[in-house]
Amino acid sequence: MVIIFKTKPSIIACGAVAGPLEKKSVFYSYFDSVVEDERWNQKTNEQGHAMMIQEACNIIMKKANITNNLDIDFFLSGDLVNQMTPTNFAARELAVSFIGMFSACATSVSSAIVASLLTELGASKYAIAGSSSQHNSIERQFRYPVDYGGQKPETAQWTVTAAGYALIGKHDPKLPSIVAGTIGKVVDYGEVNPFHMGGAMAPAAFDTISSHLKKRNQKITDYDLIMTGDLGKIGLKILKAMFAQTGAKQEELDIFRDAGAEFYGEDKSFQSGASGAGCSASVYYSYIEQQLKTGRYKRVLLCATGALLSPLSFQQGQSIPCTAHAIEITME
Amino acid sequence: MDQQQYQQIEDQITPPTPYFKNVIKAFLVGGLICTIGHAITYFYIIFFDFTETTVGNPTAATMVFIAMILTGLGLYRKLGQFAGAGSAVPVTGFSNAVVSAAIEHKTEGLVLGVGGNIFKLAGSVIVFGVASAFFVALIKLILVTMGVVEW
Repeated sequence: MVIIFKTKPSIIACGAVAGPLEKKSVFYSYFDSVVEDERWNQKTNEQGHAMMIQEACNIIMKKANITNNLDIDFFLSGDLVNQMTPTNFAARELAVSFIGMFSACATSVSSAIVASLLTELGASKYAIAGSSSQHNSIERQFRYPVDYGGQKPETAQWTVTAAGYALIGKHDPKLPSIVAGTIGKVVDYGEVNPFHMGGAMAPAAFDTISSHLKKRNQKITDYDLIMTGDLGKIGLKILKAMFAQTGAKQEELDIFRDAGAEFYGEDKSFQSGASGAGCSASVYYSYIEQQLKTGRYKRVLLCATGALLSPLSFQQGQSIPCTAHAIEITME
Repeated sequence: MDQQQYQQIEDQITPPTPYFKNVIKAFLVGGLICTIGHAITYFYIIFFDFTETTVGNPTAATMVFIAMILTGLGLYRKLGQFAGAGSAVPVTGFSNAVVSAAIEHKTEGLVLGVGGNIFKLAGSVIVFGVASAFFVALIKLILVTMGVVEW
């Protein structure tokens, strides 16, 4: 389902913060701040997670010269912790109209789509949209204790500690603008291995990107960049192979990139790359936004991918349903 | 593209699990851990008043202690990624499973956090260890009663 935003809501400002390990990220220099302590000097991982979200929002307000919280009309955000308590707790401090969004790691984009809709409606002047993840609090919930010595396969990915948020408002021709969005279906091709998220999510990304291009009557080459969220190195290869099978040429395949595959560079200790709701969010709402502003990119498609599993669902032998949401951003 | 076609593409691109390499690494690291354990056994026998039958307990306790320190320093996790079963199967792996769960749940308090979750991973080792020990003992009892073997 493709939505065309006639009023072209703009990304007014962005805030991206990350944890200490993310200094190793190739996108490090684009982040607004990096904290030395994974827990943001709080008692628990989850409290640190909430602080990280608050900090990203504060950075946005500072950049946009918003001094009063109440000037923010909506806060749309999500994370991966049960019941999204870090986001809810951050929203308590922000104290503005808030809806928790959950599309797993695709929340970075699904929240931006809803924020664009609210802006298009005229209901919102300023809406903050985005998502975040904190390595320790996500690992303990989905996998093993952080210090447990389990062996991860080459297909595994590393959940990032990062948050990325965008302030979405009325159209400004000098800023990157969201012209269309696609809300993805839930796609499940039967992957059951929770250590192969790239393989589980690639079909969802394929489905969303293909339908976006088809409904918009576009070719891959109409874009300067099509960037998926966190397919990882192996997942990106699978996605490219899927497009190759539908007849895409090499120069078209070169337009595809993945935030998770590039996040930690070639460092093998992160296996297939980065993942987590903060992965796509922190790359889209820092590096990509800045590249659009400088004019390097004129039209990009950001397609965040999410695996909709829980530890319970895979222990019960269920396959991993996945989704992908996309936004098309242009710079005049 | 249907599920079967996709499966083919996925299998082609996904790197195969390097079973042989993993087995070699597990053998070497597991063997090294056991060799260290054996050295500790001799240490206790030579310098303290232990015999071959009584030395097992202090040896296991020492190995568990070393693994606990390594877990706390975040090093056992790195060893585990390299060695796989080699560092998971010896008693040090059991220690790592218990200690990592304890560290993880410290923030939820001593009783509900540490106490309630410390055997989250190691619990199944205990359950199946006790259950299989029972059946092995039962088989031996039957064989002894039949006069096939002696205690």
